[in-house]
Amino acid sequence: MEAITLLLWLFDTLLGLGLLWLAWSALACPDLFRAIVLFVAFGLLLTLAWVRLDAPDVALAEAAIGAGLTGALLMAALAQLQHIRIVAAQGDAAQPPIDNASNDQPKINEGKGEER
Amino acid sequence: MIRNRWLLFPLLLALVLGLSYAVLSLPDQAAGLQKIAADKIEASGVSNPVTAVLLNFRGYDTLLETVVLLVALLGVWSLGGTDLRREIAPGPVLDTLARLLVPVLILVAAYLLWIGAHAPGGAFQAGAVLGAAGVLLLLAGWRPRAALMAWPVRLVIVAGPAVFMAMAALLYGLEGQLLEYPPAKAGTLILVLETVATVSIGATLAALFLGCRPPNKKEHS
Repeated sequence: MEAITLLLWLFDTLLGLGLLWLAWSALACPDLFRAIVLFVAFGLLLTLAWVRLDAPDVALAEAAIGAGLTGALLMAALAQLQHIRIVAAQGDAAQPPIDNASNDQPKINEGKGEER
Repeated sequence: MIRNRWLLFPLLLALVLGLSYAVLSLPDQAAGLQKIAADKIEASGVSNPVTAVLLNFRGYDTLLETVVLLVALLGVWSLGGTDLRREIAPGPVLDTLARLLVPVLILVAAYLLWIGAHAPGGAFQAGAVLGAAGVLLLLAGWRPRAALMAWPVRLVIVAGPAVFMAMAALLYGLEGQLLEYPPAKAGTLILVLETVATVSIGATLAALFLGCRPPNKKEHS
């Protein structure tokens, strides 16, 4: 009995420290993709924390929404950001002489789509 | 920059001290509303206290939460992003995985919705699982047709808050209180509300992931 209590106490301590460490590394990470992966890992550990606090409802919501869907949404937002950056870079590069017209073709269409 | 840092430190310290004081001044054992909720659970129509609070005692909170999701989606649509993944064909692994997982996810969502009446589960969790199924389909290359996006998807997305509000208005007329269910019918009414909300939440979350605004009728013609 005593051993189990000690083990749970150790687990909770590690969980709490792990959460703090993951939160800090997710915030401090300069690479956005890694930051999102760390955020999802943080969500999964937080799910465990909610289970340890006897709140299975919150744990379910955290696992499904916090870790799963928010991670997917952040990834989608990151893809949009990179796309905007690529289009902007291509736009700058294309202003002097037009080098590869075939590569620029889809970009022009997308530009029109955004203007609408 | 350096001046800012000196300003930042006392501000952070004040925040930490304030939060510490707030946490330390909490009573050891808060009385809470657990007992009141447990006493009234018979009249709520469900036996899971969390569902009873979310859908019955504090139903308008959940009503506003569905509206928040809708407003978030409108915000994303107003940005008018472009669909980036249009022409990427999925690999055979992702394709097979999606085919295997999506029916299971739909089943799990239905189970979570049903079990919510007397165990952990409920509309938001079930809706999130449905939304995950939608995200998986979108990742595997499936795209809703323009005709589907034009009004059926909008209808499903609006249905959650709309049915919730209609129920609130109806119950206000009948019972004189916003979202006060008659105890005999509470279980059925909550299940109806949760079912509509689940489908609506799932569609909203998948649409949030897709990101781009559905085409307007005017723009097409």
